[in-house]
Parts: sequence; structure tokens; C-alpha cells
Amino acid sequence: MLNDIFIQPFADMFAAPDFLLQVLWEGLVSGILYALIALGFVLIFRSSRIFNFAQGIMVVFAALTLVGLHAMGIPAWISVALTLAVMFVLAVSIERVVLRPLVGQPDIILFMATIGITLFLIGFGEIIFGGENKVMITEELGIPTDSVVLEPWGGLLILEQKDITAVVVAGLLVVALLLFLGKTRMGRAIRALGDDHQAALSVGISLQTIWVLVWFIAGIIALVTGIAWGARAGVSFALEVIAYKALPVLMLGGLESITGAIIGGLMIGMLEKLFEIYWGQPLMGGNTETWFAFVLALIVLLFRPQGLFGERIIERV
Amino acid sequence: MLYRTAGQFKTSYKSDMALFPVRQDAVLLMVILGFAWVVFPLTASEFAFQTLLIPILIYALAAQGLNILTGYAGQLSLGTAAFMGVGAYACYKLVTLFPWMNPVVAILLSGFFSAGVGVAFGIPSLRIKGFYLAIATLAAQFFLVWLFEKWGWLYNYNASGAIQVPNLEMFGTYVAGPQASSIVQYYVVLVVVTLMTVLCINLTRGTLGRSWKATRDMDIAAELIGINLMRSKLTAFAVSSYVVGVAGALFVFMWRGAAEPNLFDIPLSFRILFIAIIGGLGSILGNYLGAILIVGLPVVLGTVPQALGLPISSAMVEHLNIMIVGALIVFFLIIEPHGLARLWALIREKLIIWPFPH
Repeated sequence: MLNDIFIQPFADMFAAPDFLLQVLWEGLVSGILYALIALGFVLIFRSSRIFNFAQGIMVVFAALTLVGLHAMGIPAWISVALTLAVMFVLAVSIERVVLRPLVGQPDIILFMATIGITLFLIGFGEIIFGGENKVMITEELGIPTDSVVLEPWGGLLILEQKDITAVVVAGLLVVALLLFLGKTRMGRAIRALGDDHQAALSVGISLQTIWVLVWFIAGIIALVTGIAWGARAGVSFALEVIAYKALPVLMLGGLESITGAIIGGLMIGMLEKLFEIYWGQPLMGGNTETWFAFVLALIVLLFRPQGLFGERIIERV
Repeated sequence: MLYRTAGQFKTSYKSDMALFPVRQDAVLLMVILGFAWVVFPLTASEFAFQTLLIPILIYALAAQGLNILTGYAGQLSLGTAAFMGVGAYACYKLVTLFPWMNPVVAILLSGFFSAGVGVAFGIPSLRIKGFYLAIATLAAQFFLVWLFEKWGWLYNYNASGAIQVPNLEMFGTYVAGPQASSIVQYYVVLVVVTLMTVLCINLTRGTLGRSWKATRDMDIAAELIGINLMRSKLTAFAVSSYVVGVAGALFVFMWRGAAEPNLFDIPLSFRILFIAIIGGLGSILGNYLGAILIVGLPVVLGTVPQALGLPISSAMVEHLNIMIVGALIVFFLIIEPHGLARLWALIREKLIIWPFPH
């Protein structure tokens, strides 16, 4: 038993390093996607203290809109532009209809409101687009679909080009986002709102504009995530469950930290794959991916209650 | 006019703090209880029992358990459904291991198992707060549902992987299983729910309840005035999980009749959270109002297109339902963030001073 837990998995890893690399690569790619969803959460949380549960369904909604528009005969890139327009309309209407009347309410109420938005979008999306699985328009968007075959140590490592594209695009998106938040006026305004609502309002930052902006950026991130994940697994409402995976990522990284979201996402993506392959399947009957991330995050939180990169919680009396 | 309180004088602290300081409240409750105990059972159809009465009571009980944790002790939990599952599976094991056991006793005992699990998952709450804790309870949610699926002993290694409620007898009548009649099940649920509600009302009004409320309002201040936070939080987890576990056992044994692990998945948790929040956090009455809304709404919405003669497919009705429920949640949060119970409190205030505006 102890051998199975502590020795055998590592022996397996060393025996087949190419397989280990393959597992890590798969984990890295799904980790990137978790990180992207978590990024949407963090952005909204930082600027408004709203725990946006709807980020997951926004991913589905954006991907479905894109595929649906293309199916109507609109060229791929114009569909992307139109989808962005739809996400903008969505951001404006969420701000107008839901958030504005709820400004200043306790966190849990706003959180519930985002779950309400989630349900609404699920019903709405299913009525418009139907519930069946759809194929993402990968080739039409010019994403390469071949795969790269490497042979480290005489083994075999297959990297799909669409995954590589996803990693590169996600990286670019994160850099762009960090630059936007750190270097532009708008970015500073977003961070100011996150620090202190009232102070930010009193120096003339418009809460409404920033909220629309932030939800729109979250919508853009959702579209990118939707394209990347849809290219791997098709577009359907099952995608929504990956939104839950973003939650432990957030806990691990800390709710306020963009770097935390990225590192947490990658860590969880890789560790859960490793655990599933080397411990979960042989010892525990598999399918451990559903809970591993949460338990890992829970253990980390016991030692660091604000996550790895979150703002330290200081309590004064 | 009907709610005039003039002439009802309170001469002692005790009478001022009584459960019903206003006589009309007690009368109103008696009327409602009369409906629940006599009128509904006599008039309700099989359909009404199965789609409205029984589920409303069970959901209200589950929400009440969650409300103790979230509304009274201030610890947000997203893992309610998993604790319901623990109650249901514990009850299943109890009745299959000890077939002679009285089913109601088994249901009440099964709550203790979920209380134990609840305390174990509540321990992190001593260090983790707010949304971090909410996500931590998701660990319980996903881990336990996985366990229900993988641990064969829990469902007696049967091939389907689901638990099937056997026929259970009590005093010569079937109370659970395929042969039990709805009216008997309704009364069993009603008895248990009434018992639990009385328990919850008294707990929340007593020392324990006050320490929970202090913890919720400001934990540091509560600690300063000498409340043991660990005890307060863990008892909240224990009592809450107990009530939720009993609700889970009723949910499967008195209503669903069978359960697969994914029945206790996260949508159920959210459903119960909706009930608790729309009903009103920190209120017992709210759970019932919320349950009536959340359980009753889809039933009403399902009958509307038929009544109007609209040709809508059942899948469409389903989707419309989800959409409308989502929109209504937002709507109710906007008109009254403190829930339906607060709405009722405001109406009651108005009734008492009517016809004067202030």
C-alpha cells in the first residue's frame, strides 16, 4: 500500500519521462484555460468586489454566439467582431439592469445576483442556440490544427498546434492586460476603484463606466477562453463546469492577484492531471479531477488564508 | 385593522420577548398550521402532494439548515447538497443494516452522520473567511459526491450505483418506498419538519443563537466579549448539517424514492441557497416563503402555456423556466435584498399602523 502511494508513481514517472511530459503538457493547457477564466473573475473582483459566478457561462455564451453567427453564413472574423459587440451589449445590460440597483449591497447578494445572471443566460442560450454540442470554427479562424511530434529521450510527445496557439494567445492576453492595468489611465482607475470605492468616486472616477468596461474585458477574455476550449472539446453547456475549476484557482492564487490567477491555474492544471494519472486512476478509481483542485486549495488555505498571492488580511480592533 | 395591537400590554420582560408578542401573529400561525395539518391533506391531489406540498416542506427544511449556518452564523456554504447526500446515504445504510429500525428514528439518526461530516469540513472556517470559505465548502461538495459514486459500500454494491428506497413499515402502514401513499409520507414529513422548525426557532433565540449572531455580525468583537468562536462556528456547522442531513434523508426517502450521486450535485446546493437568500437570511419564516416561490414557480410556469393553449415543447418550457427563475432571482434581490421575510415584516408594520402612514 505504502509502496503504491509513495514509490510506484515516481518509478512510473522516471520509467516513461516522455509520457510524464505529455501529461504535464495536457495539464498545462487546461491550466491555461482555468487561469483565463480565473482572470475574468479577478478582474471583476478587483474593481467591484463582486464575485462573478457568471464568468463560466459567459465563456459558453460567447463561444455559442460565435459559432451561431458563423453558422448563419457570416465570415469568421466578422463573426468575432459581432460577438465582441454582443459581449459589449451584455456588459452594458448587466451593469444597467442588475448591478446599478444593487450598488452597496452585501457581497453575498451581489454573488447571488451573478448566479441569477448565470441561470438566465443558460436558459436564454439554450432557447436561442439549442443544447446540443457544436464544433468550434477552428480552421475558419486560421488556427492551425496539425500537431507537432517531438521525440525526447527516444519517446513520443505530441503537441497539438491549436493548444500551442492557445498558450501563446493566453500569454499575450495576460501581458496586454497587465500593461493595461498598470500603464493606462483606465487601468489605474480600475485599480483605484478596487482599493476604495468612495475615494475613487470622489476623485471623479465613474463607477458605471468602469464597471461596463471591466465586464466587457471579462467578456473578451470569455471569448478567447471559449475559442481555445471549444477547439479542444466542442462548444456546449458542459463547458460551464470548467468555471467551477476556476474557483480553486482563485483560492490558491488569491482573489485579488492576476499573477496568482495565472500561477494558480497552471499549478492546478498540472497537479490535478499528475494526481489523476499516477494516483487517482490506479488507487482511487479515477475521476479525481472533480475534487482534487478544491482539496489542494483547501489545504493551501489552511496555511495561507488569503491564498498564495492575495492581499494579506489584516484585522484590527 | 385586523392587525391592530392596541390594548395588548406587555408588563414584564418575559412577555415582551415572547415568541408571539402580538396576538394576531399567533392566530395567523394557527391558521397556517390548520391548513398544513388538516385542509391540505384532505383536499390535495396526488399531483399536489408530489410536486408542491412535500417538496416545499423538504426544501424549506434544507434551507433552514443552511440558514442557520449562513444567515445566523454568517458562514457562507456552497456544499449543502453534499450534506443532504450524507444524510440520505446514512439513512439508507441504517435501514438496510438494521431493517427493524423505525424509519423516522433512522431519518433523525442519519442527521448525526452529516453533522459529523459537517463539523469536519467546518474546521477550516476557523481560519478561512468569506468567499474563501465558500469555495472551501465546494471541496466538500465535489469530494463527497465523488465518494458517493466510488464507495460501493454506501450503496450496497448494487449494479446501478444508485440507492433505491425499500418498503418501510411503521405501525402497520408503509411510510417509504414504492408502496407508501403520498398522504402518509406528507404527514411524516410534516411531523419531522415541524419538530425541526421548533428546534431551530428555540436554538436561534437562545444563548447559542445569540453567540452565532454575534459571530456573524463581527467575529472579532464577538471574541472580545468572550464568545468562544471555535465553539460558536463549529456548533453552527453541526446544527446546520444535522438539519440539512435530515432534510436530505427526507428528500430521498419521502419524496424521490431513489437517488443517484449526481442528484446531490451543485445545482441542488444553489437551489437551496436561492431559497435561503430569496426567503431572507437570518429568518426561519423566510425559508418557507422562499421554498414556496422556488418550488412553486416552475410548476406554475409549466401549466401556463397549456392553460393558454400555446404550442410550446416541454424542452422549451424547461429552458424558459430556467431563464425566468434566473431573472426573478435578480428581480427579488433588487426589490428587497433582505428577502421575502423582510417584505412580510414591512407589510406587517404597515398593517399594524394602518390607516395611518407612520
